[in-house]
Amino acid sequence: MFVTLLKRELMLARRNWVAILIPLFFFIMVVSLFPFAVSPEAEFLQQIAPGVIWVAALLATLLSLDLFYRGDYQDGSLEQLLIMASPTQVAFSKVLAHWLVTGLPLVLVSPLLAGLMHLNYAPDRELLDPNHTPVMMLSLLLGTPTLCLLGAVGMSLSLGASRNGMLVAVMILPLYVPILIFGSAVITASLANSGYNAQLAILGAILLFALVLTPFAIGRALKVAVS
Amino acid sequence: MANSSKSFWRWFHQLGSPKWFYQKSAKWLPWLWAITAILFVFGLYFSLYASPVDYQQGNSVRIMYIHVPAAVLSMVGYLAMAVCAVIGLVWKMKMSFMAMRAIAPIGAVFTFICLFTGSMWGIPTWGTWWEWDARMTSELVLLFLYLGFIALHSSFSDRNKADRSAAILAIVGAINVPIIYGSVKWWNTLHQAYSVTKKGAIDPQMQTPLFIMIGAFYLLFVILVIVRLRLEVINRETKSKWLQEELA
Repeated sequence: MFVTLLKRELMLARRNWVAILIPLFFFIMVVSLFPFAVSPEAEFLQQIAPGVIWVAALLATLLSLDLFYRGDYQDGSLEQLLIMASPTQVAFSKVLAHWLVTGLPLVLVSPLLAGLMHLNYAPDRELLDPNHTPVMMLSLLLGTPTLCLLGAVGMSLSLGASRNGMLVAVMILPLYVPILIFGSAVITASLANSGYNAQLAILGAILLFALVLTPFAIGRALKVAVS
Repeated sequence: MANSSKSFWRWFHQLGSPKWFYQKSAKWLPWLWAITAILFVFGLYFSLYASPVDYQQGNSVRIMYIHVPAAVLSMVGYLAMAVCAVIGLVWKMKMSFMAMRAIAPIGAVFTFICLFTGSMWGIPTWGTWWEWDARMTSELVLLFLYLGFIALHSSFSDRNKADRSAAILAIVGAINVPIIYGSVKWWNTLHQAYSVTKKGAIDPQMQTPLFIMIGAFYLLFVILVIVRLRLEVINRETKSKWLQEELA
C-alpha cells in the first residue's frame, strides 16, 4: 500500500516537473543574492556561507510544501487517500515523496552553491587545501528530511484554515530553530578545522526523533483537515 | 484511598461540564482574588522595600522578583496548554479545548513580561538589553510558539477544526521546547545558571519574597485563566438554556 501511495506522489510530481524545479531555483537564487547584498569578497562570503545556505534550504523547503498538500486537499483526493490507507501511511508517503523531489535535489545542487559562496576558500592553496563541500552535503542530507517532516506538520494543520501562506511559516519557523543551529554549526565547525561529528550526530538524532513522532501528528492533522 | 480517587474522578468529570464550571467559578473568584491580593501586598512589600539591596546590582536586583515568576509561568503555561490539548484530543472534553484557548494569550503576555523585564535588568547589569543567549533566545522562541498557536487557532472558520488543529500544534511545540532549549544552550550562553531553589545560592531574605511572588503569580495566572475561560464558555454556549437563565 505504501509503495502505491509513494508511486502516486512521484507520478504527480513528474507530471508537474516545472513546479518541482521552482524551489530548487529559489534556493540557488536566494543564495546568490548575498554576494550582491553584502560583499563579493571570498573571505567574507565563506564566513557567512553556512548560515546563508541553511536559511535558503529552510525557506525552499517551506515554500515547496504547498505542492504536495494543497492540490490533494482542494480536489478531494486527500479524502479518498485517507479512506484507502491509514493516515500515518498517507503522511509518510507524502513526506518521503516531498523529500525525494525537493530535499534530495537540494542536497545535490548544494556543491554549486558552495562554489558560489567560496566555501572552500583558502588564502594560500599550497599550504592548505580545504574541502568542506562533503561536510556541507552531509549536514543537508541529515537536516532536510527533518525540515520536510516538521514542515508537513504545519502544512497539514493549516490546510483547512482560511489564510495559510504566512501561517505555515509563523507556526513552523520556531520549530526549525534547532535544525538551523546544528546544521550550520556542522559547517562552521568544519570551517574552523575542528570536529563536527557531535553536531552531525545531534542532527541525526533529531531526524530519528522526528521520523518516529511526526508522521502520527501529520496523519492526525490531515484527518482533522478533511473532517 | 479508593474513595479519594473516586471523588477525584468525580471532580474531574464535573470540571468537564461548562455549566458546573461557570456556576462554581463565580464563587471561587472572589476568594482567589482576595488571596492573590494579600500575597501581592506581602510579596511586593518584601521584594520592593524590605529585602536587602544586592551588593553588586544595587536596586536593580528587585526586577528579579517580577522576572523570575513571569519566566516560570510562561513555561508552566505552555505545558498546561499542551496537557489541555492532550486531554481534549484523547477524552474529547469540551472544557479542555476552551482552557487551552484561554491559556494561550495569557501565557504569551507572561512570556513578553519575562523578556521585557529581563531586558530592563540587562541594561544596567550586562550593559546590553539583548544578547543572543540560550535562555533569552529560547524564551523568544517560546513567545513565537505561543503566537503561532494563536495565529493558527484564529484562522479557522470552523471552531471544532480550529481546536483540534491547534491542539496538535501545542503538543508538537511542547515536545520541541526542551529540544530548542538544549540546542540554544549549547549554541551560546550568558544567562546565569539555575539558582532559585539551590541551597545557599541565594540569600533567604531574597528567596522568601521571591517564593511569595511566584505563588502570587501562579494564582494570578489561574485567575486570569478562569476569567477568560468563563468568557469562552459564554461565547460557546450562547444557545444553551442554562446560560441564558444565568445571564438574564
